[in-house]
Amino acid sequence: MSLTPPFYSRNAARFRTLLSASAAALLALSGAGIGTATVQASEEHEVEISIKNHMFEPEALKLPVGKPIKITVKNLDPTPEEFESDDLGFEKIIPGNTTAIVRLKPLKPGTYMFFGEFNMDTALGHIVAE
Amino acid sequence: MLAALIIVFREVLEAGLIIGVVLAASRGVPGRTGAVSLGVLTGITGSAIVAFFAAGISNAFDGRGQEIFVAAVLLFAVVMLAWHVVWMAQHAREMTQQLRQLGTDVSAGRQSLFALGAAVAAAVVREGSEVVLFMTGIVMGGQETAGSLILGSAAGLALGAVVSLVLYFGLASLPVKQMFSITGVLITLLAAGLAAQAMGQLSQAGLINVLDTPLWNSSWLLSEKSWIGQVLHILIGYIEKPTGMQLIAYGITAGTIFLLSYAQRAPASRAAVRA
Repeated sequence: MSLTPPFYSRNAARFRTLLSASAAALLALSGAGIGTATVQASEEHEVEISIKNHMFEPEALKLPVGKPIKITVKNLDPTPEEFESDDLGFEKIIPGNTTAIVRLKPLKPGTYMFFGEFNMDTALGHIVAE
Repeated sequence: MLAALIIVFREVLEAGLIIGVVLAASRGVPGRTGAVSLGVLTGITGSAIVAFFAAGISNAFDGRGQEIFVAAVLLFAVVMLAWHVVWMAQHAREMTQQLRQLGTDVSAGRQSLFALGAAVAAAVVREGSEVVLFMTGIVMGGQETAGSLILGSAAGLALGAVVSLVLYFGLASLPVKQMFSITGVLITLLAAGLAAQAMGQLSQAGLINVLDTPLWNSSWLLSEKSWIGQVLHILIGYIEKPTGMQLIAYGITAGTIFLLSYAQRAPASRAAVRA
């Protein structure tokens, strides 16, 4: 019955090894002089958004174009939410009282809608990339 | 209530249609009901486990855990479905013959049952964990509307099951020989679609960084959110904004399964010609 989940996690573990191996290789390549933190900070634009009472705070995100984006989503409600965007093509389940990370490819200028699929009446927001 | 119905219906439909096709494709294999039921049960158990550890999974690998997990489940299902199609190609002839004689079951057929059950379990885990999370959210939320939300979810579950059954009986009513070729093609495309979805997940996690921008947007023609778009998304892997990597994954998967089953089928048909 429960034979399958360990299989997945084993796969995930292999993947993790692969990932950390390639990450290590990348780090080595980036040279001793440059710290990891500065590399990441200069490349990834980080932004935070929270969900409370099935609403996004803030509802509008201003993001730079041409940079990878890392959105940290804090779900402050006890209920789960699915953070989703058709325009940007992502969907992510965020259980109650937890935080999740959504990564975006570098954006082109424009406005992109996002929503919470479990509470479509109230959980609406958008990203303005400029 | 309607929102709950639609959310649960969508998730159940996705797993249900896969189960319907798989069931039709395995008509006449003895023990397939057991294998599929075991797959569904494993899937539901797995869903509960996954839902329970959702936050942990999500936050693994610097917030990429959910995508990696879903991609792994999808690719696992792809391999299992491929195995099943290739096996069916090998045995289609004898199965067609034996199915024509009413009441006889195919004697050889147990090998693909594991693949069948495992593919079903994977499909159920993928969609089921979302349903479980959504439902526990309703219960935990303790809203006054919880009763009607649960009612809506139950209706969505029932409706999803009914549509899947309709698909199954539709496929099952086809003449036996056509049915096997149609379900074979359907499962091949379904598996290719799942492989493309897996690429989408890995791309979302930032693990694929080449050929990862949409090549076109056909949502004006057929939106993935429309009912037809959604059903085609599940059955043949329709994607309104496919990336290059997704097209490649789709092509490679469909091509590999096709070539493997062709290679399996060829000797049998040559033998048939000789006979």
